[in-house]
This record gives sequence, structure tokens and C-alpha cells, in this order.
Amino acid sequence: MRLSSRKPRKSLLPGDTALADSSPSRKDELVVEPGDHFYPLSIAAPGSMGRTGSWRIQRPVVDAEKCIGCYLCWLYCPDNTIIMREKAGPRGQDVASIDYEYCKGCGICANVCPVNAIEMVDESKFISQS
Amino acid sequence: MALEAEEKTRVRRGTIVPMRGNEAVAYAVKLSRARVVAAYPITPQTIIVEKIDELISKGEMDAEMIHVESEHSALAATYGAAVGGVRAFTATSSHGLMYMYEVLWWVAGSRVPVVMAVVTRAIGAPWNIHVEHSDILSTRDTGWLVAMAENNQEALDLTVMMFRVTEDPRVYLPGIVGLDGFILSHTVEPVEVPDQELVDEFLPPRRQPYTIESGAPIAMGNIIPDEAFEEHRMDMHESMREARRVIEEAGREYGKLTGRDYSGLVECYKCSDADYLFVGIGSWMGDAKIAVDALREKGLRFGALRLRWIRPFPWDELREYGLEKKAVIVLDRSISFGYAGPVFLEVSSALEAKPSMVGVLAGVGGVDVNYEDIVKIAEHVVSLVEEKGRVYVPALWYHLGEFYPMKPGPLPTRKTPRHVNKLLEELWSKKS
Amino acid sequence: MAFNIKALPKKNYIMPGNAACPGCPENIGLKFVSMALGEKATLVVPAGCTSVIQGLWPRQGTSMPVLNIVFAAAASAASGLSRALRIRGKDDIVVVWAGDGGTADIGLQALSGAAERGEDFIYICVDNEAYMNTGIQRSSLTPHGAWTTTTHRGNPGRKKPLPQIVAAHRVPYVATASIGYPWDFISKLKKAASIKGFKYIHLHAPCPVGWRFDPGLTVKIAQLAVETGAWILYEHENGKLKLNPPSNKLVDPSKRKPLEEYIKLQGRFRHLTDRDLEELKKEIEENWREITAILRAQGDL
Ligand SMILES: Cc1ncc(C[n+]2csc(CCOP(=O)(O)OP(=O)(O)O)c2C)c(N)n1
Ligand code: SF4
Ligand code: SF4
Ligand code: SF4
Repeated sequence: MRLSSRKPRKSLLPGDTALADSSPSRKDELVVEPGDHFYPLSIAAPGSMGRTGSWRIQRPVVDAEKCIGCYLCWLYCPDNTIIMREKAGPRGQDVASIDYEYCKGCGICANVCPVNAIEMVDESKFISQS
Repeated sequence: MALEAEEKTRVRRGTIVPMRGNEAVAYAVKLSRARVVAAYPITPQTIIVEKIDELISKGEMDAEMIHVESEHSALAATYGAAVGGVRAFTATSSHGLMYMYEVLWWVAGSRVPVVMAVVTRAIGAPWNIHVEHSDILSTRDTGWLVAMAENNQEALDLTVMMFRVTEDPRVYLPGIVGLDGFILSHTVEPVEVPDQELVDEFLPPRRQPYTIESGAPIAMGNIIPDEAFEEHRMDMHESMREARRVIEEAGREYGKLTGRDYSGLVECYKCSDADYLFVGIGSWMGDAKIAVDALREKGLRFGALRLRWIRPFPWDELREYGLEKKAVIVLDRSISFGYAGPVFLEVSSALEAKPSMVGVLAGVGGVDVNYEDIVKIAEHVVSLVEEKGRVYVPALWYHLGEFYPMKPGPLPTRKTPRHVNKLLEELWSKKS
Repeated sequence: MAFNIKALPKKNYIMPGNAACPGCPENIGLKFVSMALGEKATLVVPAGCTSVIQGLWPRQGTSMPVLNIVFAAAASAASGLSRALRIRGKDDIVVVWAGDGGTADIGLQALSGAAERGEDFIYICVDNEAYMNTGIQRSSLTPHGAWTTTTHRGNPGRKKPLPQIVAAHRVPYVATASIGYPWDFISKLKKAASIKGFKYIHLHAPCPVGWRFDPGLTVKIAQLAVETGAWILYEHENGKLKLNPPSNKLVDPSKRKPLEEYIKLQGRFRHLTDRDLEELKKEIEENWREITAILRAQGDL
């Protein structure tokens, strides 16, 4: 998405398609017509603050052996960065995995896990490894 | 006046009803089929809201009234309704407008069309409910279109037009229709109320760039990088300029339908052949026209140029009519303290101060100014010009028949008139 | 009422990579709003952390439509929005999502107006007990004794009883909730969505940045607030008060965890004097007394 060009104003409106889609179903008098302007509209998308994984000081690491697939970490993770993989665990249980691109390393998941299947590990460990 | 001139050529499609300016606005809102009205009472705006509520209660108008607890909420609720996809309206004056101020900016920045009436009134302290233009002119930089009516007919017509212009995809900015407190708001004049079919023909169903509702996870107004913010502002500026064209088109079409042409951003009264020009906004420009006739009888070729629109600014028209004049007298009903009247500052920059220019401040806080006062002002300026040749006087205050030069530059040498508060002086002398 | 986590659909309730601080309670709360109301929720957000949490244009970090609005105008903008959507035959659930400052201070007038008019939307006050967005200044919902950047020696005032104030408007539904009890919050949201008129939910939201605790403890601290009785979960439906679990079991003070367990984890209470602690306890006791009195009067205790 170009920010500094004056020209393609229409493409600067991320909601364009969403808007067009939502208009035909209307039974009312309203006509939604985007027009050629720059609107302060944004569309739901991951990474609205960039790759927030880089904020992490500690990394949550899931022990798939221990995980019982209870979904509690998934429920509480503020950033929706826990992905539950269905029946992917060693015992065929659902298992938590983490989207490190965006996980901010808050540690909530580790704290709510009833079986301590998530360990918070210093990021420095991973830097020195690679 | 414009009414009579056009009478012969048009098919009348309306009913002439004597009404106050505020009622004219209320009827315009009804004819424009606004669906939500949110407003809070303040003199001299109240009649607008009362009348609309009456029209709704009688079943003559299909709209919902939101009885908000403040003007801040009035504009916010009006705006919320507009974002939700319906035509929405509010009205206010003076302190109410000041109370709305941050919301004005938010509405304009979001590019969602909203229409508001501002019944002009002085801003305290101290309390004063009478006419002045400091309230409406404070909206100048907010991104709203701003028009000023001269009479009740125009208050109605401009309100209908404002819905059309603001909802034009080339514009998509909100708009204010101003009318002078008491002078128009509370004064009965014959007003031709156009038929509903006529307004329906003129005003298409509501158009707007987007709505906020389920189905599209968009956010309006979250944080934006500075570069994009500046481009957004540039786009608002362009749209405001584009609005000139849209106003001209809409005004012409409105003229075809009603016989009242509003294609001009200004109204020019005998200004083409004039040597001297009055420039100003609002109802007293009607008195200026009478003054023009009186002055012409005395052999002074005056003309009057009324800015019907303040934003977009009628730059070309002003230059066309104003640049070659011997002198331009700008009448201001409010003051930017320490400098000059806001309309003077605008007009002076458009004319590059080429003609002789005098900014006259008068009628502030509702002090009565009639056509005789305006004649007197004109004669004073003419004598100044004849004596000195070219003059440039940003601030010449006309107060109760006297002139008080109050130029921004030199330190004050002349005392301004001062009402002495005897009671207070007595109290102070006792204390000391 | 059983709460089956796995029955919740697995869509993206909040966009990963938004601007919330690590461990942010507002992000957690927004997630539950979206879980409860799904595609029907339309948010109105005044100035506050959530204005920032959405992240940078042209992306936004929630999964719901959002109308951002000036600080004092959330309830009034929502009034207009919900009226318009109803006029147009839409069944959106308009939800105000406002901070404690945006609700109890600058937005209180608009809130009161909308409540009194009976506007049809859900107002959620996400209460992190200070103005966090501008850097942890005191609000009228900051508890007694708490440090903020404008109460360096501890807040001399006490928390304004906002849910009671809203309930005094006789609106059909007022509830408290906590980000530590999603099942309770979600079921309250669902209930509120089924009621016409003005609904108010006061959501307790411990903020690691402003309260000075480890971001991993957000949920634990929220739960401790309830377990110690410092935050009480209840709902007020058509004038009738009801305690919700686990608060319903905590009417008996001996069932509550000691307040110190909650306090000691938070840096904002580090300098709490014994007197302040007593004051805080007294305040909490008063809240409970008020509630039990109502329950008794209703014949429910
Ligand atoms: C009229 C106005 N005054 C002040 C501000 C600055 N301001 C923005 S957010 C905020 C504090 C928000 O606090 P709260 O409502 O508690 O929400 P939180 O940030 O904690 O989520 C303030 C003071 C503003 N945006 N508008
Ligand atoms: S550390 Fe925080 S952000 Fe990362 S997965 Fe765990 S709960 Fe989510
Ligand atoms: S909370 Fe622990 S056990 Fe439950 S799903 Fe997450 S990692 Fe697995
Ligand atoms: S300051 Fe607190 S409430 Fe605000 S974004 Fe950060 S964690 Fe969330």
C-alpha cells in the first residue's frame, strides 16, 4: 500500500471492495457510492502494528507431549496468536501452536495452562542458536 | 426581491407562506426527508427544533428526534446517524456551536455528509443573545461548507441545496447554513415553500461514501501515518474547491425548478458598473442594497457583493468584481481581536489589497445597523479615499454613529467608548 | 450453565499484530466481545487505548466494524448510529467500547443521556482504573490508594460506583464482568444483545502497564480481583439484582481470598500504607454490604 503518492487515491481506500459488497443487499434508499476521495478508513488485517513478534523478550514454547488440548491458552491469548491444531498431538489430541510472527511474548498462555505445557524461554537463546 | 424579478418566467410549484427564518429551515429539513434530527435548545435556534418536533408529532415528517443532553452530543448523534446511512440534521447557535467544536472537525475529516443550521449569535462573556458572526466564522477552517442566507427564502433554499451539495460524491463534506439570529430567525417573511415533488426531483436519495455497519470490518478514524494524514487534508482541500462547481450546477438546477437561481457563490447587486463596493455576509447585505440605491441617487456609484458562500471561498467572483474598484468596503459583524474582521481578512487576501480597502466593524452583539448607517459608512470611506487617494484600513469600527479607527499596527492612541459602571466604581472606592 | 470452549468458532476474533501492549486486557475483552456477538457487533470507540490498539491505517486490528469518535461522544454517536441502522431495518448490535475515563468522567453526560432516553445499544466500560492512553493518570474509577502519574502519593479519592449510577437510570440491564471470566462476560453480552434498550456492562480489565505487574499475570490478577471480593460479578436485570459465580459464593467474607494476595502483585499498590489498606478494605466491605442489603430486600438472601 503506497502512502506517499497523491495519485491512486481509490486504491488507498482499503474498504472499497468491502463497501461495494455490502451495498447491493440494502433495501433502503441509501446509495453507497465511494467517490474518488481519500477516506480515513482501515480494514481488518493482521499486522496493523507490523510484525509484533519482534517485541518479544521471551518466547512461549509448547510441549506437545504435555499439552492436553484444553484451549485455555487459545481463549485468553490477547493477540490471537495461538493456533489450535486439531488432533495433531502425539496422542491424537488437539494441540496448541504459536504464531511467532505476531506473538508478543506476554506469557499469559504459560500462566493459564493447567498442565504447564508452555514454557517461556528467553529470546536470546534462539538468537544464539541460529 | 429575487422572487418578484423571476415571477413571470417560471411555473410556480410551491406555496407562499409567511414564516420565520427558523421555520423556513425546519420546512427545508422536512422537504429534504431527513430521517434523524438531534438537537439541543439555544436561543435563537430553538424554533427550528420545536418546529421539526411539531412536524414529526403531527405525522407530517417521517423522522426521529434524538433529545440529546448537549450540543456536543447533538452533533455526535447526528453524525452517528449519518454514518449509519440516513440523512441527518442538527441546528445550533453561539455557545452551542462552540461546545460542538471538536466534533465539527471529526465529522468533516470522516467525509460523511451532515447538514447543520447555525443561527448566528454573539458568544459570551457577557451573555448576549443577539446577532454576530463570530460563531459561524469560527467554523471556517473545520472542513465544513459554510453558506449564509440573506433572507428566510434563502434559508430554506440553501438548506435543501446543502443536502444535495454535501451528498455529491465530488464533495462529501458536511455543510452549515447560517442565518442571522432574530433578524431572520424570528422575523416573519413570505417564503415560497416548494412542493415535495419538486424537492424530490432536485434532491436524489441519500448518497454517502461508506457506512459503518456489520458485514464490513472497516474502522473509521484509527491512527494514520503523518504522510497519509497530510494527503487526506490535501484531498479535503481539493474537494472543497471542487464544491464550487457542484454548487453552481445545483444552484442552476434549483433555479430551473423554482425560478430562484443559486448558481452564484456570490450575489452581485449593481456591482458591475460600480466604483465602490460593499462586501459582506448575511442579512444586513439586504440593507446594503438599499444603501446602494440611496448612494447612487446621491451620485455615488456603489454596488453590493454578498458572499453567499464562505467555504468554498468565492475567490474568482471577488476578483472579478472587486479588483478594479476604487474602494472596497468590507462589512464585518465580528472581530478578530487586535487585527480586523474575519471577512475583511479573507476578502483582502483575495483582492491582494489592490483596490483601496476599508474593513468596517459594526453591528457586533446585535447593535442595530440600518441602511442609513451603511450610507454614512460609505460617505465616510469615500471622503477618506478622496482625501488620501489609496487607503488600506483593516479596522474601522463604526459604533452608534461614530467612527473609531483601530488599526492593527500602531499602539492605541484613541480611547474606545466605555460604558462606566457607576455601581462598581462606588464599590471599589469603598474598598480602597 | 456449561461453557464449552471448543464450541466457540475458531475465526480470527482479533487481528494478531495490532498495537496493544503485551498482555493487554482491552485486547482480551475485545476478543470476547467478538466471540459473543460475532458478525453482528459494530463498535463505537472513543479516545483511549483502543484507539491506538487498532494499529495503523490502512489496517485495523479488530475483527469488527469500528466507528472511532471523539472522547466525550461515544454514547451519543452510538445513539445516532443505532437509530439509523434500525431505521434502515438492520439488526446490528451497536456496542460502545469506552475506557473508564471515557465513561465515568468525560463521557458520563452523554452516557447518562443515552441511558435515560433508552437508546438501543450495549455500552461497555472497559475499566483499567486510569487514563492509560495518556500515560496512567488518575480517573474517577481509580481505586483508593493507587499510584498513578497524577497521584504519586496514592489516590486520595475512591472509586465512583458507576454500575450503580447507571442502574439508577432504571435501564433494563446492567452487569459487571471481568476479563478473567470469559464465560460470564460472554453470556452477559449475549443476554444484553437479546434485550432491547440501553444495556451497560462494566468490564474489569487489569492493565499490566498501568498497574505495574508482569504482563503474563493479566488474567490471574483479574481473577484475583474477583476471588478476593475486590471486584464483584453481578447483574441487574429489570431492577432485580443477582450475583454471578464465583461472586455468589463470596457473600460470606471467609470464603474470599485475602485482599493482600491481589494487592501485592501490583506495583501501583507498593507504597500502600496500612491506613490506605484499611480504607480500601472498608470500601470493598461497603460494596458488599450494599449488595447484600439489596439481595436481602429482594428476599434472595
Ligand atoms: C477532549 C479530549 N481531551 C483529552 C484527550 C486525551 N485523551 C485521549 S485518551 C485519554 C485517556 C483515556 O482514558 P480511558 O478512557 O480510561 O481509556 P484507556 O486509555 O484507559 O483505555 C485522554 C485523556 C482527548 N482525546 N480528547
Ligand atoms: S505469549 Fe502472549 S501473545 Fe504469545 S501466544 Fe502466549 S498469550 Fe499469546
Ligand atoms: S492451555 Fe496448555 S494444555 Fe491447554 S491447550 Fe494450551 S498448551 Fe495445551
Ligand atoms: S496501557 Fe494497558 S490497556 Fe492500554 S494498551 Fe497497554 S496494556 Fe492495554
